[in-house]
Amino acid sequence: MLYRGKGHIFGDNINTDYIISSRRKRDTLNELELSKYLMEDIDPKFAARISPGDFIVAGNNFGCGSAMEIAALVVRGAGIPVILAKSFSRTFYRNGINTGILLVVCDTSKIKPDDMIEVNATDASTQVIVNNSIYAQTLPLPETIRTIIRCGGLVAYMCKYGDFTGVF
Amino acid sequence: MAGQTIVEKIFSEHAGKLVYSNENIIAAVDVVMATDGSGPLTIDLYNKMAGKRVFNPEKVVMVLDHYVPCPNDKVAALHDSMRAFAQSGQCQLLELGEGICHQLLPEKGYVKPGNLIVGGDSHSTTYGAFNAIGTGIGSSDLAATMISGKLWFRVPETIKIIIIGQFHKYVTAKDLALYIVGKLGANGAIYKAIEFAGSAVGQLTMDDRMTLCNMMVETGAKCAVMPGDDVTQAYFKSSVGFVASDDDAIFSDSITINLDNLQPMLALPHQVDNVSTVELHEELSVHMGILGTCTNGRLSDLRLALEIMGDAPLAPGFELLVVPASRQIYIEALRQGLIEKFILKGAIVLPPSCGPCCGSSPGIPSSGENIVSTANRNFIGRMGNVNSNIYLGSPATVAACAITGKMTCPGR
Repeated sequence: MLYRGKGHIFGDNINTDYIISSRRKRDTLNELELSKYLMEDIDPKFAARISPGDFIVAGNNFGCGSAMEIAALVVRGAGIPVILAKSFSRTFYRNGINTGILLVVCDTSKIKPDDMIEVNATDASTQVIVNNSIYAQTLPLPETIRTIIRCGGLVAYMCKYGDFTGVF
Repeated sequence: MAGQTIVEKIFSEHAGKLVYSNENIIAAVDVVMATDGSGPLTIDLYNKMAGKRVFNPEKVVMVLDHYVPCPNDKVAALHDSMRAFAQSGQCQLLELGEGICHQLLPEKGYVKPGNLIVGGDSHSTTYGAFNAIGTGIGSSDLAATMISGKLWFRVPETIKIIIIGQFHKYVTAKDLALYIVGKLGANGAIYKAIEFAGSAVGQLTMDDRMTLCNMMVETGAKCAVMPGDDVTQAYFKSSVGFVASDDDAIFSDSITINLDNLQPMLALPHQVDNVSTVELHEELSVHMGILGTCTNGRLSDLRLALEIMGDAPLAPGFELLVVPASRQIYIEALRQGLIEKFILKGAIVLPPSCGPCCGSSPGIPSSGENIVSTANRNFIGRMGNVNSNIYLGSPATVAACAITGKMTCPGR
């Protein structure tokens, strides 16, 4: 899987309430509709600034807070296919995998706004290329996670396999 | 064989083989829980996964607790989707007004020592109070677990937190929880488990343990577990077996906290790990107080708050919202006259629910207001107004502020 996009930079501890506010979830659970309000409490103009295919680049603990999958769905709804962060909250990490967003854990501190980022995820490794030079390379993900990602998320995985036993 | 932590033992039991930290495993779960925050999407995804029947309808529990009473027609439709799922025999349903999922699962007997419980809510870590693993997951994971009865996990490393000493008067488990979150930071236990130990554990009530385990997700922890002891045994009434760490279990880190040195604590806006003492912020004007939530909406919390308030009414203009965590707690508080006392002081008593904690139910603060709350999160806009400031503290601290209208150390 090869992705190429521009990064939008965020700091540490971007929580799920910032990604999408609870008061918006009272009106709809439609990810496209909600994506208009992505990050609105910390950056009201963010949703208007992004183009489909852009990446989010964050610090530590991206997606902390609520376990609600809607936070990952809204990111997907905004057309963001990749998030790079120093670390993810474990619930967001799972939800990202399950909704088909590619999550890359690496030291993001040297990525600057408007850098062109390329992410190449294979079974052997995930490579991050920034402005045409190799920026980071990570170990391959465990087979369980790779299988779910290869299916395009957990819904497609379950439709195909129907269970977790005997698959890996 | 190398020694194991409590969490490694519980995962081993549910994986059907000996497992250790950092292994990726498939484990059977005991209970799957979803709320009205996560349940409707879960049902949608369950259908998309071509789910025909859940692995065991007795072990799938849906709780209507975030939006109580129902605020609009759209949420009403979501609630109805959960009711229809229950009526089709796929799950147990706990209706509006029954209370908060994390209070109800233990109350209704779903949580036992040694269990592995997954919940569609991050504060599912609360079940660790009962010597069990409780951990939050999203709706795809919930739907898949409802179908298969199993889920993939990475067995977490464990940080051991050793508690010694004794609480000073009016210093509570909430203050300890805030202190730990401040010490570890919002990502200090990311991907890891927390296991409590030490001589002071025995003096923690089950309510205290629920408060502590509840808040540990704010360090990024996957779960937080208490050992089982006489206090746990007394809670379950009948004899239960516990899971204990081996003497040679490997912990990734060990921290000792002496309660003798602990003061009333606060999490300042707008991060839970932005922790300070109440004492350093006295004189700050406070306009609103929240007494409730899955962190501190139990009978002991209500009683402590009234003890602090004594005969004093609310400070002029102070809005105090009291939200019992369950119907059972509400009824008991009524029987003991606690609710009447709150109302006579001028407080507003809300139905058992998550209440105003995340802005899903009424109780939205005004712009510029400072709120002191027993809840677990204080992010910008958490309670539905981005221009308000949320301070997290203990029930004792909320009560002390409620009668002065200022940030006040309880017992002062």
